[in-house]
Amino acid sequence: MPEQASPTSAPVRQAVVIGGNRIPFARSGGAYAYSSNQDMLIAALDGLVARFGLQGERIGEVAAGAVLKHSRDFNLTREAVLGSALSPATPAYDVQQACATGLETVVGLANKIKLGQIDSGIAGGVDSASDAPIAVSEGLRRVLLDFSRARTTQQKIRTLAGLRPKDLAPNAPTTGEPRTGLSMGEHQALTTAAWEISREAQDELAFRSHSNLAAAYERGFFSDLVTPYRGVTKDANLRADTSLEKLATLKPVFGKALPTPATMTAGNSTPLTDGASVVLLGSEDYARAHNLPMLANVVDAEAAAVDFVNGKEGLLMAPVYALPRLLQRNSLTLADFDFFEIHEAFAGTVLSSLAAWENDDFCRNQLGLEGALGTIDRAKLNVNGSSLAAGHPFAATGGRIVASLAKALSEKGSGRGLISVCAAGGQGVVAILEAR
Amino acid sequence: MADTYLELINNPLPARIAKSLGLPRPAVLRRHTPGEALADHPLLVVGSGPGADALAAELLAWDLEIRRHALPGETLSAAIVVLDDVSAPMDLAAPMLELGQAVRLLAAGGRVIGLFRAPGESTGPAQAAARQGIDGAIRSVARELRRGATANGIILQRSARVDEPNVLGALRFLLSGKSAYVDGQFLPVGPAPIASAAGSRGDGDPGRPLAGRTALVTGAARGIGAEIAAVLHRDGAHVVVVDVPAAGEQLARVANRVGGTALQLDITTPDAGARLLAHVAARYGALDILVHNAGITRDKLLANMDAARWDSVVNVNITSQLRINEAVLASEVFAPDGRIVSLASTSGIAGNRGQSNYAASKAGVIGMVRATSVEFEGTARTINAVAPGFIETEMTAKIPPLTRQVARRLSSLQQGGLPVDVAETVAFLASGSAAGINGQVVRVCGQNLVGA
Repeated sequence: MPEQASPTSAPVRQAVVIGGNRIPFARSGGAYAYSSNQDMLIAALDGLVARFGLQGERIGEVAAGAVLKHSRDFNLTREAVLGSALSPATPAYDVQQACATGLETVVGLANKIKLGQIDSGIAGGVDSASDAPIAVSEGLRRVLLDFSRARTTQQKIRTLAGLRPKDLAPNAPTTGEPRTGLSMGEHQALTTAAWEISREAQDELAFRSHSNLAAAYERGFFSDLVTPYRGVTKDANLRADTSLEKLATLKPVFGKALPTPATMTAGNSTPLTDGASVVLLGSEDYARAHNLPMLANVVDAEAAAVDFVNGKEGLLMAPVYALPRLLQRNSLTLADFDFFEIHEAFAGTVLSSLAAWENDDFCRNQLGLEGALGTIDRAKLNVNGSSLAAGHPFAATGGRIVASLAKALSEKGSGRGLISVCAAGGQGVVAILEAR
Repeated sequence: MADTYLELINNPLPARIAKSLGLPRPAVLRRHTPGEALADHPLLVVGSGPGADALAAELLAWDLEIRRHALPGETLSAAIVVLDDVSAPMDLAAPMLELGQAVRLLAAGGRVIGLFRAPGESTGPAQAAARQGIDGAIRSVARELRRGATANGIILQRSARVDEPNVLGALRFLLSGKSAYVDGQFLPVGPAPIASAAGSRGDGDPGRPLAGRTALVTGAARGIGAEIAAVLHRDGAHVVVVDVPAAGEQLARVANRVGGTALQLDITTPDAGARLLAHVAARYGALDILVHNAGITRDKLLANMDAARWDSVVNVNITSQLRINEAVLASEVFAPDGRIVSLASTSGIAGNRGQSNYAASKAGVIGMVRATSVEFEGTARTINAVAPGFIETEMTAKIPPLTRQVARRLSSLQQGGLPVDVAETVAFLASGSAAGINGQVVRVCGQNLVGA
């Protein structure tokens, strides 16, 4: 029997990752071009329900979100639950923290489980760069709103007369930062240049991502993590046959206006991607009562944000600041981890973060440490591939990483894993999972 | 794939035209619906021996109207001819001729069922001739029946009594709509296994004979496998559905429809048995029913056959089953009264042009089932094969239209079967009432002209 939810004064209990499911990620405009966020989130949920026999089950709470959202998706997660095989009595809420959305849903639900507020939860995220919302221009929007408020014909005519031809052009979403106007890639190009990350190092990381992901598929690692969708059985962005030579032929796309040589290409940057992922979380008693596996414990998490607007730090460098705080709180060092899952928004992001943690001056001056945080063993980094190979449907990346890392820890049978996800707005979230 | 001819011909005007032109007139078969009555009309029990008396007495307890002699002009749901006591061919005349009169009274979707002892266990040539003679006579009756009626037999093996539970279980299946596409077949039924006291479970609630049991079905993402999962679920089983990872989307849909769990697994991987056992053990504790349904075809005339086609078919259709069974039989997860049902094919019985690889694999299934059944003797476990004939699936829908129309009419029921017909037979063999059936091949083929 699942235990009763207990008041918050009770001692905290474990929140465990039971398993996960995602649909294969597809490049924007590809196989999921006509799938909505809700379609994909339902598919991810239904695959999870099928894997764990949760049909008609009332889950404590489902939390998910999307970065690119239509206004009709104001209640996206609840609508997806209603469209899924879960009990309609399952409550749900939406979260939005840019690319950290998926990880933040895991953290939030795990905390509720730890506090005894819920016994089970499904965390997740979805994004479609294909089925993106297109909004009318600010000018047209104002005119339409004024028109609807106008009472007399005269007022109506006057309102419409305020319309200018340029107002008719629609607004498509961009990855541009509202306060700087720079795209995410251009922001990263500044950081990549500042840390003097070479083109070769970035291509090498991209190559490893593809070969690691391909190898993981080959050995059946994803057979209980991925459910095919719309005929797609593997991440469509994966290039199992790519090589350093092929990656070296690609032309740079970001940082071309900088004084330093441009190094960021379509090969070492993530493409726009469509996809969805979900993670089943529960208390130990919930998992036992339902004869469900327990892959890993959700230990702790920390968010950080940086002032990128005034150029004090790189847009995607917030996780660098979050990590030492998280390690200190848990009395851990980098040597205490067996797996590092650092989201590959760009190869340059990962490499800049690693360089920062290895740098004595930076760690002393910016992170307030006594010296360099340390070096991350590359053999433990993104061992089953990451976003450069799998693709990066913004809010779905956190769920992909948590489920894959939990399974890797379960296979190993011991140890800890660290997750680091950067996000727009100069934010980032890091988290720790541990094997059971 | 809809059989449009069958749908058309069951309307008044087309039916009249077809009759005058002598065209085939396939009937809409009587299929099982939950809660249905076993018979709408009286049942006739033909036979003068003590076996016939005992059976008639037993059937009265089923709340059925039983006749020992048909009333003139009445309609019968079934005629059961009990011939367990014949000693020479001349003994067949009286009961068979009486059966002939009863056949005239048989309702649409009616049943003729013969019960007799195994010819191989006869006291001498004359008795063997009589018993084998029944086989031929019943097969012929099956070919003569129309309007969706079928004729089948139950062969009493060893000392099995006419009125014991195993025989009655088989009789109930043959009387019901669950056997709609089983025609001209003989179910050899043995006496209750010695281990019946130790580990053999009965059926309990007749509407949910598999309640509380855990079944695993391979190749369950679509077609016959998906239907097997649905029928096992209807009968009360927890169902684990297995298919290759690439079929995961459809598999998840099947799992969610039957309230089961989906396991994406390529059954040809060396550790497939261990992995499916681990899944069942962790989620359900024990494996009660294993249905080997996964199968593929790679048709080519043998002269044009290549190693890839031959190997993939044999690997999926039989080698994987052998490997999985080895793991299952060595595991304590497999229940003491566990059931294995393996999908064979009429191609594996009669051969089929362009299917030497497929037929080798499916005949191999039959060989495996027979050999494994010997290991199960004296236990409460059983293993059997089901051999589908022409079944309306995505696979047979790919047959060219004219060939498909001809293939459909080639059986005594003049139509293809449905996936549910195969699934019903699988579910019956998986149930407690099939405890006396072991090492057999049950064809679900509507008494197809080929492969019978």
